Amino acid sequence: MEFFLTSLLNGLSYGLLLFMLSSGLTLIFSMMGVLNFAHASFYMLGAYFAYQISSAIGFWPALVIAPLVLGLAGALLERYGLRTVHKSGHVAELLFTVGVALLVEEIVPLIWGRMAVKYAIPRELDFTLFSLFSTSFPAYRGFMLLVSVGMMVLLYVVLTRSRIGLIIQAALTHPEMVGALGHNVPRVFMLVFGVGTALAGLAGVIGGNAFVTEPSMAAAVGSIVFVIAVVGGLGSLEGAFIASLVLGIIQTFSVALDYSLSDLFAGSEVALLHDEALRSLFSIRISQMAPMIPYLVMVLMLIFRPQGLMGKRE
Amino acid sequence: MMNNTDAMSLTLGESKVRSRRWLVWVAAIAVPLLLPLVFRSGYALSMMCQMGIAVIFALSYNMLLGQSGLLSFGHAVYYGLGGYASIHALNAIGAGKLDFPVTLLPLIGGVTGLFFGIVFGYASTKRAGTVFAMISLGIGELMAAGSTVLPGFGGEAGISANRVTGKGLFGITYGPPVQVYYLIALWLVVSAILMYALTQTPLGRMANAVRDNPERAQFVGYNPQRVRFITLVLSAFFAGVAGGLTAINYEIVTQEYLTAHTSVTPLLMTFIGGAGYFFGPVLGAILVTFLQVVLGAYTKAWPLYMGVVFISTVLFAPQGLAGIVMQHRQVWSAGLMRRLVPAYAKVFVPACALLLGTICLVESTYHLTTEAQAGTQMSLFRIPLDVATPAPWIGAAALIAIGLYFFRRSCAAAALSWEGITAELQRRKSP
Amino acid sequence: MKNPPALELVDVSKSFGKSLIIKGVSLSIPRGERHAIIGPNGAGKSTLFNLISGRFPVSGGRISLNGEEITGLPPFKINRRSLSRSFQVTNIFHRLSVYDNICCAVLWSRGYRYSFWHPLERLRDVRELAESIIEQIGLSRKRDVVAGALTYAEQRALELGITIAGGAEVILLDEPTAGMNRSETDEAVELIMRVTKGKTLLMVEHDMGVVFGMADRISVLVYGKILATGTPEEIRGNKEVQEAYLGEEALDATA
Ligand SMILES: Nc1ncnc2c1ncn2[C@@H]1O[C@H](COP(=O)(O)OP(=O)(O)OP(=O)(O)O)[C@@H](O)[C@H]1O
Ligand SMILES: [Mg+2]
Repeated sequence: MEFFLTSLLNGLSYGLLLFMLSSGLTLIFSMMGVLNFAHASFYMLGAYFAYQISSAIGFWPALVIAPLVLGLAGALLERYGLRTVHKSGHVAELLFTVGVALLVEEIVPLIWGRMAVKYAIPRELDFTLFSLFSTSFPAYRGFMLLVSVGMMVLLYVVLTRSRIGLIIQAALTHPEMVGALGHNVPRVFMLVFGVGTALAGLAGVIGGNAFVTEPSMAAAVGSIVFVIAVVGGLGSLEGAFIASLVLGIIQTFSVALDYSLSDLFAGSEVALLHDEALRSLFSIRISQMAPMIPYLVMVLMLIFRPQGLMGKRE
Repeated sequence: MMNNTDAMSLTLGESKVRSRRWLVWVAAIAVPLLLPLVFRSGYALSMMCQMGIAVIFALSYNMLLGQSGLLSFGHAVYYGLGGYASIHALNAIGAGKLDFPVTLLPLIGGVTGLFFGIVFGYASTKRAGTVFAMISLGIGELMAAGSTVLPGFGGEAGISANRVTGKGLFGITYGPPVQVYYLIALWLVVSAILMYALTQTPLGRMANAVRDNPERAQFVGYNPQRVRFITLVLSAFFAGVAGGLTAINYEIVTQEYLTAHTSVTPLLMTFIGGAGYFFGPVLGAILVTFLQVVLGAYTKAWPLYMGVVFISTVLFAPQGLAGIVMQHRQVWSAGLMRRLVPAYAKVFVPACALLLGTICLVESTYHLTTEAQAGTQMSLFRIPLDVATPAPWIGAAALIAIGLYFFRRSCAAAALSWEGITAELQRRKSP
Repeated sequence: MKNPPALELVDVSKSFGKSLIIKGVSLSIPRGERHAIIGPNGAGKSTLFNLISGRFPVSGGRISLNGEEITGLPPFKINRRSLSRSFQVTNIFHRLSVYDNICCAVLWSRGYRYSFWHPLERLRDVRELAESIIEQIGLSRKRDVVAGALTYAEQRALELGITIAGGAEVILLDEPTAGMNRSETDEAVELIMRVTKGKTLLMVEHDMGVVFGMADRISVLVYGKILATGTPEEIRGNKEVQEAYLGEEALDATA
């Protein structure tokens, strides 16, 4: 029970972090049709910027400044890079973001070195929020939960209530109509891309110190975020939300589960297990399988429900 | 700057191309066979082995990217699994459990690639474009993660074998590297001819059609998904062949073969070389491998330079090297090259300054952050620099600023004279 | 022996979201007939073509080709049953040459399917057929030009060429002469008459001269419903049609 509750809470906060990342990706994808391959790179940059800023003037300013800087960087990248390849189609745009991801991947160790940096949790939040039986739940996890839920609510309100949100919603379905109504669609694109990257940056700020800030952190979450986008249904924010939580929780649980198939058969003499290859297959622990699970979920989803959880069928 | 000529370069007279085609092929076969007579060092030989394998891998990748419009981030799956299957087969041959000539070992890699192409291709080719890209990435990551836990991948250490095994044929044991080189060259020539032939079949043509307009393809009787699927399966075969050759070349296969990094490599090669042309990936694979080996020996920052080259290609020359070559070939045969030379010379100088400045900046930063314990002294192009003093930084910044300013101006001028040339060519074509 | 119609629609309907665009269309076209569909803009003519050719799924009703039901089949299966269509908005393979465009349209019907062992250069039947189609659509001089670089009129000709190249028995043409001038239209009509000889033709056309000149029968589609079907004389004389759509002058002009 104790194991279950702590894993659930950890999974929830990891899932919400994933949602922060995938919401930006989904926003950009559904709006512009661009799959931003560099999305996780902005997450990494968010963490590193936050590390740099917080070691100079503290964590709280970093929480605001780093996402803003990244949002600006994203907007500029859209304006001076993405827009020039836009006419060559979505694959060209995707390739451009691949290039950006490659560069960030190399520039980050160039500036901050190949080792992890000491981006620590702020002292104000470095305490135990509550203890369940013998395990403690750190306050920072609670803070992460709070920030991601806050961001989610804000995103929802902005998208459905504000004028710009309504324009974006309209541009999702009828871009040429919105253009005809006199709205500057390219500028809306720039804004959306900026907001998307700022969200990734924010996730980096609060994820970087909860986990580890190192040059491989982008690669570690990058493909999982794509999995979420596919499993949730491309371009669906609700789908991304559900998929993030489900995958976050599944992964947290599977990492903690130290069982294997051979445990299941322990005691009973199964003839199969005399075969060496099979025996080693059966003795793989679920915790070892954890890195494969998101991708397995994705492949199964593609086979049984290709449009994803909330995606529209074509 | 050169986009507007895409259409033009594709209209190149068929017959003229055809008459010269056999010459090109003779050269393409002769060159790899003669190279070891010129470059004899072990260093050169090992680089040429890498190039040969890279060319096969990149050509197979371009069956997807260039010919079918499928951007894959998971091609390493077929390459890596082909490699693993081959290394296991090699070990089985060594242990006397399998009787199979080492010369044909890449076939085992190819068939393995083909098999997994059938398995994974079904799920991934349902859709094209961005969705295909994402799914291929997911499958790539699945196998990369799988290789770390599943049995048969040899864990961290990978699986190694000895290629000098089985019954040697006519004294060919694959002990000496030059024999391995010729094995690779043989497979390269055969694979390249087959892959080229594939582009000239009904399937190859329909792959182009599905790339351009999958909907219309349905109204001439073709199922786009099936076209993509078969193309992917065939491409996976050749990726597997490349993997098998790598297994023989290095006598070891590790998890590295299945990583996203391995998947991105043929993408870089193909795109930089030019995905729109059959020989584009050949150029790209040779160039990228060369830079990787040569630059890699000098600087740890070579992936960064590679990234810069890639993103510049995406932004400024999406047709790749091959595209640039083909465009200038037209200008050349029209006798108009002379007009371009002055403009290009004017671009060249600031481009060098820009390049030099960037290199200085990158190398100094690298030195400061990753090799700080070795002191602040370093040397760049034999010039001693001390990264603790402001000199290299100011120098780099100045070179970049000045270079960039003049580069942009001279580029605009070059674009103008290029436009003049294209207009001239058009005029000559339609009097 | 009974002789089923080439194309038969029974109570076909289609809605996009809440709006019903095709409201129960029934139509029977005997083999060898040249049938024109006319109607005002937005009547649903192109939508009807999209339903017949399998581009969109129907919301209700049945469609059969030569007596065999084709409702719900994907476009490529319908095409393989010898139904081919053209598009109102030019729909070609932009990066392929004119020759390759036609070649692609010929391959399946010649039985080469997904072959990756036949070298195209050696396929004499494909080559000769493709060349003759290119000749017929008057693009011989542009044989090796990429389709995307053609003029509008040339692209329309190519669109038509792709549609007829497979030698389908039932051909659907969606405004083949749209945007053409008088002489181009005449040429196109002459070409269509020639290549569809002995075949079943269903055609959407706005040019009344063309329609009344070449159609055996005409159907008038208004707001997703067939108002009338009949010979050109019957349509011309139909009061309802005159009021709803044609107007006296238009009919007089074609008389
Ligand atoms: N994919 C679609 N989704 C929603 N509505 C559609 C779709 N396709 C067509 N419509 C609507 O169906 C109606 C009929 O369109 P259609 O193109 O069939 O008309 P048409 O008779 O071919 O007109 P025209 O003479 O202008 O070509 C139009 O109101 C159009 O807006
Ligand atoms: Mg229409």
